[in-house]
Amino acid sequence: MNETSIRDRKEPFARIVKRDDISRVKAWGIRLAAILLSLLAGGLLILALGHNPFAVYRDMVTGSLATKTALIATAKIAIPLLGAAISIAPAFKMKFWNIGTEGQIMAGALAASYFALFQHGNMSRPVLILVMFAASVVAGGIWGFIPAFFKAKWGTNETLFTLMLNYIIIGIVKYLRMGPWKNPASGGFPKIAMFDDAARLPSVFGVNIGWIIVLALAVLMFIYMRYSKQGYEIAVVGESVRTSKYIGMNVPKVIIRTIVISGAIAGLVGCLIVAGSAYTLSDTSSGGYGFTAITVAWLGGLNPFAMIIITVFLAVLTKGANTIQTNFKIPASASDVLIGMILFFMLGCEFFIKYRLIFRTRRRIEVVPND
Amino acid sequence: MDPLNAIEMRDITKTFGQVLASSHISLDIRWGEILALLGENGSGKTTLMNMLSGIYFPDSGHVHVSGKEVTIRSPKDAIALGIGMVHQHFKLVDNMTAAENIVLGLRGSWRLDLKKISAKVREISERYGFNINPDRKIYDMSVSEKQTVEIVKVLYRGANILILDEPTAVLTVQETEKLFAVLRSMRDDGKSIVIITHKLHEVLALSDRVTVLRKGVYIDTVKTSGATAQSLTEMMVGRAVSLNIDRPAPVKPTPRLVVKNVSCMDDEGVKILDDVSFTARSGEILGIAGISGSGQKELLEGIAGLYPLAGASSIQYFPDDSGQATELVGKRPRQIRDLGVALSFVPEDRLGMGLVGSMDLSDNMLLRSYSEGRNFFTNRKAPKKLAEDVVEQLRIATPGVSTPVSRLSGGNVQKVLVGREISVSPTVLMTAYAVRGLDINTSYTIYGLLNEQKKAGVAVIYVGEDLDVLLELCDRIVVLCGGRVSGIVEGRATTKEEVGLLMTSLKKEEAP
Repeated sequence: MNETSIRDRKEPFARIVKRDDISRVKAWGIRLAAILLSLLAGGLLILALGHNPFAVYRDMVTGSLATKTALIATAKIAIPLLGAAISIAPAFKMKFWNIGTEGQIMAGALAASYFALFQHGNMSRPVLILVMFAASVVAGGIWGFIPAFFKAKWGTNETLFTLMLNYIIIGIVKYLRMGPWKNPASGGFPKIAMFDDAARLPSVFGVNIGWIIVLALAVLMFIYMRYSKQGYEIAVVGESVRTSKYIGMNVPKVIIRTIVISGAIAGLVGCLIVAGSAYTLSDTSSGGYGFTAITVAWLGGLNPFAMIIITVFLAVLTKGANTIQTNFKIPASASDVLIGMILFFMLGCEFFIKYRLIFRTRRRIEVVPND
Repeated sequence: MDPLNAIEMRDITKTFGQVLASSHISLDIRWGEILALLGENGSGKTTLMNMLSGIYFPDSGHVHVSGKEVTIRSPKDAIALGIGMVHQHFKLVDNMTAAENIVLGLRGSWRLDLKKISAKVREISERYGFNINPDRKIYDMSVSEKQTVEIVKVLYRGANILILDEPTAVLTVQETEKLFAVLRSMRDDGKSIVIITHKLHEVLALSDRVTVLRKGVYIDTVKTSGATAQSLTEMMVGRAVSLNIDRPAPVKPTPRLVVKNVSCMDDEGVKILDDVSFTARSGEILGIAGISGSGQKELLEGIAGLYPLAGASSIQYFPDDSGQATELVGKRPRQIRDLGVALSFVPEDRLGMGLVGSMDLSDNMLLRSYSEGRNFFTNRKAPKKLAEDVVEQLRIATPGVSTPVSRLSGGNVQKVLVGREISVSPTVLMTAYAVRGLDINTSYTIYGLLNEQKKAGVAVIYVGEDLDVLLELCDRIVVLCGGRVSGIVEGRATTKEEVGLLMTSLKKEEAP
């Protein structure tokens, strides 16, 4: 009975086959097709909301890129996002699932804010800014060191550990906002004061110098990961701890060193946020960049240069989404859905770059005489 | 249609990207026979059988089961046709019992009647002479017991055509004998059995017919009774090869590594090595024999500074015959290297320990040399050159030196690893199961490389499982049994029986 039923069935409708190699042109062709498809699907959503997709897409682009104000606003989103993604790259390369970037950003922001709020009178502006940078790097590094040390010594789970540390640092900032650091001039409303002008980052081409810093970091991180001995160690530890030990690497040292570097960069990003655009500290200063950066790092394949492109794309989407919210009264949740759809297509297309579908071909069915 | 045939495969072709894994293969499997599928690594044995068991789907060709043309789309289809395959890597859930694993994925009544299942499992076991307890958890089982569960699993599902992929690779001599007895009784019961292997003596001992594949092409099928190891090898390799292993006489052996009173414990405090002492000499291949898990792994890792040894242990290294010794116990691998001890180690786990699978050949060569010098940046030119040299000298089949090593076949992976370890001009070369899973050709290449090192005055330590090879290749053999040295014998004077006896001669006194 079984045999007949199987005999009459056709070959599978589609089979998934791993691709051996794919040319660059073809891979980018697939990515481009994914973006077009995502715009098409997003267009259907916009239509369903009762708007003209072309007008909405146009406003997304003009709202984020067309004017100087729009460009500055987009850059303000891109700077911390790229910085955070760069900080994640070495950790993820080592397969250390650091989701504590958010907290490390906050730690850096907190340390920088201390000097901006309470020490700005004691030093000259360049010294103050350098001290803020240094403080944020140290604080972010410490916030990275803690989970790395426990992982290296006792093999604790870094994902949970870094996640918990996020809540702790946010709690600390909340406490400071409500209590010790509350601005007496804010009239009962618990807020931390705005930074003194001396503690605000100078601008180049209308955008705070953070953009130069993160671009430089991207180049440095690329060189570090690709050409340095430490970068090689990170890659080997990420692939196989046993091989690292076999070859004589000091694995705990590599883990701690890498995550301190990762945390330090995130800390610096914290400083760029508070001293570059927010000019104050709040418990939402890190703004979710630490999490969005995971998407950026992953989409960019942990390559800092690819991450620049992804960051710009995401920043344009985010700013564009803000614009269409005001221009078309599209609710924020709907524009979030739109961004989600576009990201889904971009992440999903990687499957088609790695695998290929073979569809059923027409096959002559031969009748086998039963004997 | 021949009613004697359980399966007829006709003109089966399968490609993976550019690679032709099976090229127009036609093959018959008869009822009540044991068919051996013989071929070197990468000859397409497993691929061909995976198409019968529903894992792969052929690009073209036809399959007939019991005379009817069928389309096998999935393992489920295969099992419905009575075809069951036991894979090289077991597919069992560790924290379930044998019985639970056996019914896993089967459709049944909504109530899981484990008693009834256990009873049926026992019935199958008794019928063919298996020995398993259906209520035992998988994690409590030895490798051979796990394999038994896999076999019972396919029998439980009603398989009467059984495919076994390299079933003896992980078994001891005794376990292999037991398995063969079971397979013979299944054959006598009328079932068809296909055994994929590249071990010639097993083919000769067990099978009724042999089918030989070479590079995805069907060569021939012969009756086992009319075949010899030599004739099968020639079919497999495609030319005449000598099956003798060279053993040049050692030149001026001097002590190189003096291992004294080495002991160690595992995480749970169980003694793994107990007072092991021996001397490895230059210009000599020292074999280490023993049932797997007798402490071989810990011994080599202990020498390499990777496994903590007990306090009284001593490993002295003599760089030359001047009598100056360096103590290695208590030092890390990096410290040992910094002392100028040229120690090379080919570990058992090639891709998980010796190499990084996802990295390319050059970057794997870099593992050995990257830390040299005080430069912040890595030097990638030298390793690339080295990779190119190794590829050329050892004739490694690879698209290039920038191909990830995990893409290479098992034999080529091992050549990359051995090539790298030899390239540093070692004075001590340790190898663990250096030819495990390799085909004849590659195995002989490896023996040749070890002999070259021996002639160059290197102290070679060869941990092996194949007694025939140990007896032919090694000058002296240290036999381990339960973490103790049960004997040190001369390779030229000893017999297989003597070593086999030493391997199982458990000392009566219990460790405190």
